[in-house]
Amino acid sequence: MKRCVTVLATVVCGAAVSCGMVSPLALGQAPAAPVSFEAAVATLRRVDHEGRGHAEATAAWPVVAGAGSAALPQLLAAMDGANPLAVNWLRAAVDAVIDDGTPLPAAPLEAFLADTTHDPRPRRLAYDLLKGADAARAAVLLEGMLDDPSVELRRDAVAALVARSEALATGGQAAEATMALRRAFTAARDPGQIQAIAKSLEKGGETVDLPRHFGFLMEWKVVGPFDNPAGKGYETVYPPEDRADPTAALEGKFGTVEWRPVSTTDPLGLVDINRVYPPPAPADTATPAAADAPKEGLKEVVAYARAEFDAPRAEDVELRLGTKNAWKVWVNGTLVFGRDEYHRGMEVDQYRLPVHLQQGRNTILVKLCQDDQRKPWTTEWEFQLRVCDRVGTAVLAAGR
Amino acid sequence: MKATCGIGGVLLAAALCSAATAADWLTFRGAGGTSLVPPGTLPTELSAEAIRWSSPLPGRGLSGPLVVGSRVFVSTSDGPEQDRLHLVCLDAATGKILWDRQVWATGRTMCHSKTSVAAPTPCSDGRQVYAVFSSNDVICTDLEGNLRWVRGITYDYPNVSNSLGMASSPLVTGDVLVVPVENDSESYTIGLDVATGANRWRLDRPKGANWTSPVMLADGLVALQSKTGIDAIRTADGSTAWRTSDGADTVASSCLADGVLYVPSNGLMALALDTADPAREPKQLWRNNQLTPGTASGLAAGDAVYCINRGDVLTAGERATGKRKWQVRLQGPFSTTPVTDGRHLWAVNEAGLVQVVELGETEGKVVSTLDLGDEILCSPAVALGSLFVRSNGRIYRVGK
Repeated sequence: MKRCVTVLATVVCGAAVSCGMVSPLALGQAPAAPVSFEAAVATLRRVDHEGRGHAEATAAWPVVAGAGSAALPQLLAAMDGANPLAVNWLRAAVDAVIDDGTPLPAAPLEAFLADTTHDPRPRRLAYDLLKGADAARAAVLLEGMLDDPSVELRRDAVAALVARSEALATGGQAAEATMALRRAFTAARDPGQIQAIAKSLEKGGETVDLPRHFGFLMEWKVVGPFDNPAGKGYETVYPPEDRADPTAALEGKFGTVEWRPVSTTDPLGLVDINRVYPPPAPADTATPAAADAPKEGLKEVVAYARAEFDAPRAEDVELRLGTKNAWKVWVNGTLVFGRDEYHRGMEVDQYRLPVHLQQGRNTILVKLCQDDQRKPWTTEWEFQLRVCDRVGTAVLAAGR
Repeated sequence: MKATCGIGGVLLAAALCSAATAADWLTFRGAGGTSLVPPGTLPTELSAEAIRWSSPLPGRGLSGPLVVGSRVFVSTSDGPEQDRLHLVCLDAATGKILWDRQVWATGRTMCHSKTSVAAPTPCSDGRQVYAVFSSNDVICTDLEGNLRWVRGITYDYPNVSNSLGMASSPLVTGDVLVVPVENDSESYTIGLDVATGANRWRLDRPKGANWTSPVMLADGLVALQSKTGIDAIRTADGSTAWRTSDGADTVASSCLADGVLYVPSNGLMALALDTADPAREPKQLWRNNQLTPGTASGLAAGDAVYCINRGDVLTAGERATGKRKWQVRLQGPFSTTPVTDGRHLWAVNEAGLVQVVELGETEGKVVSTLDLGDEILCSPAVALGSLFVRSNGRIYRVGK
């Protein structure tokens, strides 16, 4: 959340042209390379936003890259807790280390992989290195990774279990195949994989609760439409943004509006605002052609959706949003993030918003804007939102 | 527009004298973005024997290759979320991968299924290679694969993204790498110091998705194209030299030939640069809406300009007047910009069919074809007497 606040400040305060810093290299002062691997790694870990620390890191990188394969576990461990920019300096060094062709330190890499306190990405990288050297051994290691905190390792373990289920089904062991598929579904965190397994289960007559598995919020209160002329409604502060009373009648684009409850039954939690506020019926509905014409939906409008989330405990979670419309999200009255983009595509987990939930009642507010485009692909005015942890495991409200 | 920066890296610029030769292909559409090659460079009779080699690539992509000396550089992405970003170097003689440097995406990797995270074509000054990805991560290495620096533009400015995918290619001139990251929300073009990757300047740009690439007008002066028109920007400090305001395409890019900039703007518009000082206002020579580039950018060679429209029709126009000369329908569709030597034109369609068109005074005629049988969405590189193209899985050398 802190990062997002900084970002929004940047957007608001950005000058037409802003200067960067002047690096030592640009002034002809090449920094000396650190002499030890540890010092060089520490230098790489210090890089930060907008190129900070790059001049020193450029000098240090060859020391890390030339450390030899034996240093790989140390190099991977150095990614723990580093910012994503620093991680990438270390990541590129791994490729150079491997280029020297010396044998990989298999046992230390296995130990690194087995230690789930390490960051998921270098653990996955360790797995890939081991797999490149010994695919059979890697397959054995994968068997214990159905609940791994690395989404990618878990994804491969789930895929292996799905393949086993298919083999069981082919061999006539239907009950065992279904049991394996159920286990795979429970373990799956990759959205595409979850949906594919759910489809297979449903095809076999099983029932699945996708909204619960994902943690989609299904119950909302919605108010609108408010005006969005030429997209200006995105920045306009309408009463739902600063008025806590969800029962108040408000002045909307076409008159007085009130919050109304909206439930969705969509398996992926889709909340279709066009269904809540359908467009006025066309003037000419007498002909069958007019009646069958595609409904365009309201244009240049804003709606708000509000959900109460009773958190069993205080914890850091992710809100994961999918929408084609411009949006803003608040949690307990604090703006988390927003994006002024329309109709560029939508998918599950399109936006990942790290937030902190307090124990008990939390309020999640979504602002959803529709623009003035009138192409067939610009009709949608909808969103989906789920609450989960960093791995993608649903965080469910108390009592759900 | 106000510009406030102006710190030049004079010492550094002297140290970074390009090692490139005229025979290298260092950027999207080659030197100056012209897609021009010397007459006789490429064979006009193609057959299966013309495929010198093809090699598998570690991942997807539609960025064009570069050729620097005897090496080919290409970017790819892979992984379940396409968040593993590769810069790959191959031996131009054999197609063997010499090295592969990876980092992880720090920005969003969502994009339309037809495009890819590895969409922008990298660029080089003959000494370093700069690869930009749809996630707005930027990798800089030397020709040997030593990391010079890596940036995460979306990590720095989190609303820089596009849910359809970003695709503008970077351009290097002197000691500045110009990186367009223009989109609907937080929209910039950024000048990065080639030695450290730090910002030299950051320019607010029109809010709107933009997939066009900059064109070098003169040393230290580039044309940025957007929905509002062309902005000529001094790369030393990001200040604006001149601008047009009657709009321009956001897919097909402009091309420069002999001091005239051909801009996709309500058809094609010809702007004659001031020969004494290209930083002064250009003069509009003509505009013709019968010359409308589709996805592929236009070309200018000899006394003609050429465009492939969305109906796959190649149109030749008089360079002096813009008057249409002839048309020929090719086998499309096209995502790639063709290359030409002024006598022939080599166009590769999305199905991988290379079509050699003889460019006559009164007609264009397809004289040879070669079916690569693979989806080709990248604009080709030309060097060493060959055409280099890549698909989602392979890279091809076609020619001598």
